[in-house]
Amino acid sequence: MSHRFRHLLGIEPLDAAQITFLLDQAKPFQEFQRHPLKKLATLRGKTVALLFFESSTRTRISFATAAARLGADTMNLQAESSSLKKGESLVDTVHTLLAMKPDAIVMRHSSSGAAELVAARVDVPVINAGDGLHEHPTQALLDALTIRDRRGKLEGCKITIFGDILHSRVARSNIHLLSKFGAQITLCGPAMWLPRELECLAPNIRLVPRLEEALKGAEVVMALRIQQERLHEPSLPAEEYILNYQLTPARLRLASPDAIVMHPGPMIRGLEIDPAVADSPQSCVLEQVTNGLAVRMAILFELIAGSAEPKEQAKDSSHAAD
Amino acid sequence: MHVVEKRQLMSAVEIPRTLDRLAHEIVEKSGGAKDLALIGVRRRGIPLAERLAKIIRASSRAQVPVGTLDITLYRDDLSTVAPQPVVQASEIPFAIDGSDILLVDDVLYTGRTVRAAMNGLFDLGRPRRIRLCVLIDRGHRELPVEATFVGRSVETSDTEIIEVRLQEIDHDERVMVMDRVD
Amino acid sequence: MLLIKNGRVIDPASKTDAKLDVLIERDHVVKIAPSISAPNAEVLDASGSVVAPGFIDLHCHLREPGQEISETIESGTKAAARGGFTAVCPMPNTHPVNDNASVTRSILERAAAVSPVHVWPICAASRESKGEQLADIAAMQQAGAVGVSDDGRPIASARLLRQVMEYCGPLGLPVIDHCEDSSLAAGGVMREGPRSVRLGLKGIPAAAESICVGRDVEVAAVTRARLHIAHMSTRASLEHIRDAKRRGLAVTCEVTPHHFTLTDEDVQYDSRFKMNPPLASRDDRAALLEGLADGSVDAIATDHAPHHPASKDVEFDRAPFGITGFETAIALALGELVHTKRISLMRMVELFTTGPARVLGRKISLAEGALADITIFSPDRAWTFRAADSASRSRNTPFDGRNFLGGPLATVVGGRIVWRLEVSAAGKTAI
Repeated sequence: MSHRFRHLLGIEPLDAAQITFLLDQAKPFQEFQRHPLKKLATLRGKTVALLFFESSTRTRISFATAAARLGADTMNLQAESSSLKKGESLVDTVHTLLAMKPDAIVMRHSSSGAAELVAARVDVPVINAGDGLHEHPTQALLDALTIRDRRGKLEGCKITIFGDILHSRVARSNIHLLSKFGAQITLCGPAMWLPRELECLAPNIRLVPRLEEALKGAEVVMALRIQQERLHEPSLPAEEYILNYQLTPARLRLASPDAIVMHPGPMIRGLEIDPAVADSPQSCVLEQVTNGLAVRMAILFELIAGSAEPKEQAKDSSHAAD
Repeated sequence: MHVVEKRQLMSAVEIPRTLDRLAHEIVEKSGGAKDLALIGVRRRGIPLAERLAKIIRASSRAQVPVGTLDITLYRDDLSTVAPQPVVQASEIPFAIDGSDILLVDDVLYTGRTVRAAMNGLFDLGRPRRIRLCVLIDRGHRELPVEATFVGRSVETSDTEIIEVRLQEIDHDERVMVMDRVD
Repeated sequence: MLLIKNGRVIDPASKTDAKLDVLIERDHVVKIAPSISAPNAEVLDASGSVVAPGFIDLHCHLREPGQEISETIESGTKAAARGGFTAVCPMPNTHPVNDNASVTRSILERAAAVSPVHVWPICAASRESKGEQLADIAAMQQAGAVGVSDDGRPIASARLLRQVMEYCGPLGLPVIDHCEDSSLAAGGVMREGPRSVRLGLKGIPAAAESICVGRDVEVAAVTRARLHIAHMSTRASLEHIRDAKRRGLAVTCEVTPHHFTLTDEDVQYDSRFKMNPPLASRDDRAALLEGLADGSVDAIATDHAPHHPASKDVEFDRAPFGITGFETAIALALGELVHTKRISLMRMVELFTTGPARVLGRKISLAEGALADITIFSPDRAWTFRAADSASRSRNTPFDGRNFLGGPLATVVGGRIVWRLEVSAAGKTAI
């Protein structure tokens, strides 16, 4: 089956077969994280541009490490020190970057649709590391890999996602991905972050305002961050949020007995999640980080190796595709 | 551009016979195969390694573990995998450090696959020794690689392709020389 | 002398819809009759075409003075002529704002020198449109302004709106409001709804417009002045306007072609779909179509808002609001309203002529003795709109490459053909 990926801009345009393919491609890279020598020469000589217009330590380091372990070099552009602050347009920033001939662009930006804007104007692969409120595809893939590994399969999973859903690209990408595998998705959060229109995102979504109700029977419990930097409005006081929406051990007991707890990070212990829950055996937070590395290595390999000019014949293998 | 069969090199009877002969050679030249481990290079090296191990175990009572190695990430030329790279897990159920490894592949040609396989092995540990066993050696080496155990040596031209078909993968069993035709 | 022959003359003022010839001498219509012979006249064969009074665009932006990189009075009015308009009303949000008579005069002087069509400026309601002090409205009217607005923004407060309305009443000037509750709309870039949630873009709720329309109607009731709602886009706003008309208030409204053609479902990460008010819901569009048909809507106006390409080639969030509209207005009206049998050709002509004229307190007619401002269009000619061929300096339109049936053919202002469609030798149109 042919899965040609030029860019990775979002989960919504992918089908279940393509997603399964990407998750399967991540497996050898999961294995690789256990090697004594974590350095390949596969992408030696290739350069990955990390264009982060929004501050992010974890995702950027994850991509940088993934590139380095594949043997690639990285070019780092961060908003604080970038010419974007001096009024240069996104399109011009990208053209300047292209003149340095990167082999792929990993991009995070605060405007929804920014990755698409860039991908339309460049001929190197673009990987969306988060665009505004829209999508964060590698996060959803690493979450799916984690769920698949812990639960055995993705199909029909009962997941509850709670927090600031409206402003969460992690939520959107996860909703798109899991719904393609027949998941039953429950969304929960304070009313102003849980608009009715969320039901239109995919089939089998229900909106439940109370966390206790939302957690009943959940196999996967995903806590989201409170997005301080993304709010245009006054935010909910922390005490209100903790009272009604913190994931405590008592609340977690309402979920399925072997439910797993996930969080995209960074966690604020004591805010959206009780420290006891964060450190419990049900918590997958550290696996998510390791899987993030595996997924990003797989994506970088897939897109950069895939964009090389294909050879008509491979001399050293009688069956080139083997 | 497509390929047409030019001539058959090995039949469904000759392949197992050759493997039998190779297995006995290996046992002879390995001092009994006590520490020997086989690693099949994906894709067709794997069933060949498994068959060889089975024969060696039967005749020598040695353990002879078998591992599999995917060399996609170790290739020196990304364009050989474009446009649709597929990487699979390698599975090596024994320690590489200090091991006596026999790499098994179907065809030895330029030697680049073997170089990639060795790179992969050295990422995992430090073997005591690596030797190579191939079903067909077709010449045209581009690197200083040699096979200790060879099923059959063939003279080929650059435009020819050696096609190996094995029951486990192709539901057929023979080796053919193919020609490229425009 | 100009003789327009064989055209289908549609004149809403006299309810004429017939095959008639029109004879123009200097700048006036001198004769309208079934078959006119005028051997000395230049002949324009309008077979198969509609001949109507000159179309008026009540709402547009010409960007001069101050933003000539996007448009000038010359390029904008040329685009308007190409769109079939004989008169345009540019909004005051230029740099400097058209808030005093000397800016008004300079605009009109420039127009006199380079514009092929009439330019009737709308002047600011408040100084710099800041919503604090009244602008020099009477002086600007004397200089040539025909209406008052702080467009780009709503008139800032009910108190100011009342003052402006009371002031404009005796002057006979309509007050035109861009209705938007800033507190609800702030930060929004498209209509709030399923599409904005899917795209992850901050939404502007429909109520942001209708709350302000409701406010304006109540103030109009208090002041009994003439209120015109600019670019109305929602069912709820239309309800307020219908209610106002029932109550006998002098409230009118306009709808843009993009609002009766597209909806929020059409929005993509492409700033050619970003304007204010944003593309509305399917139900809102249905309401606008009803209002255009039943007379609740008085006029079609383009809100032609050019922005030079570099300014629009940015992230959706950051792009300025607005699209161009002169050259596609007639074709969109024909396609969405007439060909679909929602309204008649006569009604469509009303929406571009007597409707806008009434808002401005004028009468307009294609009649003997009238000024020869005439719009000639084909109701069915097949053509494709290409933004690259536009006379505007800007290219921000979602209709680039769209195929149309029907469009402008020739524009006559003061008896002179200021634009006509060039057709190659292979083309069959007579014009």
